[in-house]
Amino acid sequence: MSEPILRVQDIRKSFDGSGVLRGVSLEIREGEVVVIVGPSGCGKSTLLRCINGLETIDSGEIRLHNEVISGRKKDLHLVRQKIGMVFQSYDLFPHMKVMDNLLLGPVRALGRPREEVEKEALQMLDRVGLREKADVYPRTLSGGQKQRVALVRAMLMNPELLLLDEITAALDPEMVSEVLNVVIDLARGGMTMAIVTHEMRFAEAVADRILFLEDGVILEESDPETFFHSPKTERAARFLQSFTYASRRDGAEKQSKNNPQG
Amino acid sequence: MQGLGIHVLFEGINFQRLLGGLWVTLRLALITIGLSCVFGLLFALLMLSRKPAAKVFCRVWLEIVRFMPQLVLLYIVYFGFARIFGWDLDGETSAVLVFTFWGAAEMGDLIRGALTSIPRHQAESAAALGLRKSQVYRYVLIPQTLRRLTPQAINLSTRIIKTTALVKMINVAEVLKVGQQIIGQFYRQPDAAFWVYFVIFLLYFLVCWPFSVLSGYLEKRWA
Repeated sequence: MSEPILRVQDIRKSFDGSGVLRGVSLEIREGEVVVIVGPSGCGKSTLLRCINGLETIDSGEIRLHNEVISGRKKDLHLVRQKIGMVFQSYDLFPHMKVMDNLLLGPVRALGRPREEVEKEALQMLDRVGLREKADVYPRTLSGGQKQRVALVRAMLMNPELLLLDEITAALDPEMVSEVLNVVIDLARGGMTMAIVTHEMRFAEAVADRILFLEDGVILEESDPETFFHSPKTERAARFLQSFTYASRRDGAEKQSKNNPQG
Repeated sequence: MQGLGIHVLFEGINFQRLLGGLWVTLRLALITIGLSCVFGLLFALLMLSRKPAAKVFCRVWLEIVRFMPQLVLLYIVYFGFARIFGWDLDGETSAVLVFTFWGAAEMGDLIRGALTSIPRHQAESAAALGLRKSQVYRYVLIPQTLRRLTPQAINLSTRIIKTTALVKMINVAEVLKVGQQIIGQFYRQPDAAFWVYFVIFLLYFLVCWPFSVLSGYLEKRWA
């Protein structure tokens, strides 16, 4: 078994006295895709933000390749060069063309030669079907296109680990799959990822492992088959239930009970 | 009948005098705008600081500037300071002082607004790319702030240019004052006033219009 790339040990984090993460531990191995699910406000996003140093942690430890990365300040940017992150909001830089968005990290942070990165960027854009958009400004792109560019931008840093924080949550439904297919493509290519998402079908398709987080603790950890079809905890079962709807026709009796006016 | 009153502008060196007045107007405005940018930046940083006292200080300053007519401020500084502090400031210095007091607060508020209007995730996603903090500012935050700020700053600048007309009340011979002197010289020409003021209007227009065009252009380009 390979050594884990990332090791999170018993981290705790509270905002204004309320615990958002209450002792979370996890490991991610090279090439593994871990999907974190759970009700809103359970701490999923905070967990990812802590890994990338966007939030500090109150206690515990985060290691990347056995090197402690939590609690660092001065060289945090060096850590972030190895951990890519894509957010829910379209976070392209609006004052730069797509290509300049892509080049900023590799050229300015890593100091790589521009021409070399440009070639790579065009190849990557081609892979996500956006080669012809290299010279436009982000405002002319659809939400789905923006997120694909954001994925390419993160990938061009050659991160060892990619964190995806609800990257389709702000998208129109018909654009979700074009983005998630890119993620599945990355997973096939062996990219190590930690993904927070509300798209359960996508989670099932992409994950090697599912973590179910509630109230700041990991309640369940299983392979996707087990989690989605025979969850171990009652809480997870109830959570999954919330994604299904009772049919109007065969649930008529139940509905009238729940809704006295009906 | 002496014909159209416009000829008074071309008597002797009248037109040159008028242009000289315009230069006084412009010089005053440019110095004020420059100082307002520098002090405005400090003002914005003060407003954004976490110290409540600094915030209250800026708030009070901004309210004074917004509610007090600039002319009153000019009189206070030009006439009042000499009496109270014994500072005998000349008109132009008083004007620069008052207009910068005003411009810095307004500019500071614009800078603060532009800075805070940039969503937090812009800084976060730049940081997530592994950029240093200084690089995040240089490549992501400052360029966007300038884009938001420029049209508004230009608008404020044209307001400053126009407001300098008030300094004629404290005996600075800017373009309006010179115009009135010329009119006074030709009091027998009844329509001289109209033509002189009309030309002054044109001069102000010629100075402010390019700013407005530039601002419109930038707003469109950076939208």
